Amino acid sequence: MSRTCTYREAVRMALRDALGTDPRVFLMGEDVGRYGGAYAVSRGLLAEFGPERVRDTPLSESAFVGAGIGAALGGMRPIVEIMTVNFSLLAMDQIVNSAALLHHMSGGQFAVPLVLRMATGAGKQLAAQHSHSLENWFAHVPGLKVACPATVTDARHLLGLALEDPNPVLLFEHVMLYNREEVLVEEAPDLKSAVVRREGKDVSIVTYGGSLPKASEAAEVLSSEGIDAEVIDLRWLRPLDVDTLVRSVAKTHRVVLVDEGWKAGSMAAEICAQLVERAFFELDAPIRRVCTDEVPIPYPAHLEQAVLPSTAKVVGATREVLGRG
Amino acid sequence: MSATVLPEMELTQARAEALLRQMLRIRRFEEKCAELYSATKIRGFLHLYIGQEAIAAGVIGALGPEDAIVATYREHGHALVRGIPARTVMAEMYGKRTGCSRGRGGSMHLFDAERRFFGGHAIVGGGLPLASGLALADRLKGRKAVTACFFGEGAAAEGEFHETLNLSALWKLPVLFLCENNLYGMGTALDRATSEPNIHRHAAAYRIPAQTVDGMDILAVEAATRKARAHIESQGGPYFLELSTYRFRAHSMFDPELYRDRSEVESWKAKGPIVRFKSLISESGLLGESVVRRLDAEVCAEIEDAVIYAESSEWEPADEMLADVYRKGGDSP
Repeated sequence: MSRTCTYREAVRMALRDALGTDPRVFLMGEDVGRYGGAYAVSRGLLAEFGPERVRDTPLSESAFVGAGIGAALGGMRPIVEIMTVNFSLLAMDQIVNSAALLHHMSGGQFAVPLVLRMATGAGKQLAAQHSHSLENWFAHVPGLKVACPATVTDARHLLGLALEDPNPVLLFEHVMLYNREEVLVEEAPDLKSAVVRREGKDVSIVTYGGSLPKASEAAEVLSSEGIDAEVIDLRWLRPLDVDTLVRSVAKTHRVVLVDEGWKAGSMAAEICAQLVERAFFELDAPIRRVCTDEVPIPYPAHLEQAVLPSTAKVVGATREVLGRG
Repeated sequence: MSATVLPEMELTQARAEALLRQMLRIRRFEEKCAELYSATKIRGFLHLYIGQEAIAAGVIGALGPEDAIVATYREHGHALVRGIPARTVMAEMYGKRTGCSRGRGGSMHLFDAERRFFGGHAIVGGGLPLASGLALADRLKGRKAVTACFFGEGAAAEGEFHETLNLSALWKLPVLFLCENNLYGMGTALDRATSEPNIHRHAAAYRIPAQTVDGMDILAVEAATRKARAHIESQGGPYFLELSTYRFRAHSMFDPELYRDRSEVESWKAKGPIVRFKSLISESGLLGESVVRRLDAEVCAEIEDAVIYAESSEWEPADEMLADVYRKGGDSP
């Protein structure tokens, strides 16, 4: 059975499902309760599950993320919402020095089954301090897992998968996706690997999270020009499903990477390196990256849009890779 | 441990022996570690606890097996008193597979799930948020337990200290905060690092009941812990003890100790926890010199056995280590 809903509603359904089925699960974060979530994701959950299980926290990212880690060690299944990735920097010590390391550093004694959700990305004219895309910082760290649900169906089902994982899983929800309405597939698909969102034979456009709609639109534009683009959604940034990418490149021999992070040291840089290592002789053209310009994200709409990846930029880069620039 | 345990307990011979034994175990273990460091058997950072033994021995002796412990990178003593065998602690110092963290953590990262010993945290202040979460889990699961969270006075300048005190007080979490105030954060004296050097006053500002304790007096430490624990059990919320103490050795083996006078160190050594407790028991006639000698001999034998165990243990093969970054389970990639 299929119906449409928004990305926001899909995340809320996932939260409600988790809270309703597992007494170990609780949600905590800034304004997740009475306010209903900064992006209205958790609206209604406080009334349904009460203040012990939907907990408003003080503005103390380090303390409540660390409390989530401790609660996970103590047998709970906490879902900690950090309002946005921008504030996660205040909890970096807990995420990197505790959550990621404890299992290995304790000789395998202590796993940390923690789910950390946070909004990410730009596009709402929130200026430099509220527009970061720093998923790659976390994907750099062994011990963490990082997923970026890019569709309504993924948003609905990735949370449950993350909660079953005995390791810390970070879920990044792009702010521009919350209002998107799409068909929801009620049955959970296989979410373990990257997914080919559009099959094509001429070029592989690889992306994740909030950039997927831009890549998909670009593929449609290119289609009208006779270019058959394959669009791949990474879904997981750690572990990275390079096999799916290599298979695609073996077919298309050309690659465009779309990533809202700054280009230097980005996920796109890592993927580029992996493809050079594993599929160099399949490539018929240099890999191109469409990333955010190396500048703090500006406030005015025209400047913000100028620095971010766009459908037009993806179309342009793809034409170049195909020698049609 | 139940609320019926009285704050004051009679000092029997058996109890005096047990307390002294624990302090001696820490002292002798660490003296051996310093020796092994010079012999390059132990490497990396080694932070000795010598001088502060009364705190680990006094506090942990007053906790129950259901209680959780979160400690710092100066935690050999806490691990030993908690009951992690000297053998596996020493093997961990060596980095051997038989160590209590499989040799991967070393001196600063001792762990033991069975004994609810949650590390071994080497970022100052980093253990505090985790302790509040353990306490939250205990409460949500309806378990009657306290999380004992040890840290140094240096942590009081960290944001995580203040965030955690606020959260724990706000949510009335069963955390026993134990600030071991040894007066120096590495080489920086407390009054050069904190505008309010009376650390317990920070706790009071968050409406956490707080008191200072003479951390060189094991009986005072034990009594204060019992009282604090009983308070947490009856009131639900956190409690804060500031334990004044002194580290007799350098901060780590790399520390040339340029920041304090020898005379200051010597004056503290004269009132050290073991010297003090020994004079108390000899003056009161509770334990004779022969008993003390026997205890010391038993402790030294335990440490020697631990060294032999560590020496003869094997290293972890590199492929095992690489396979263990993630716990297996679930359906995620």
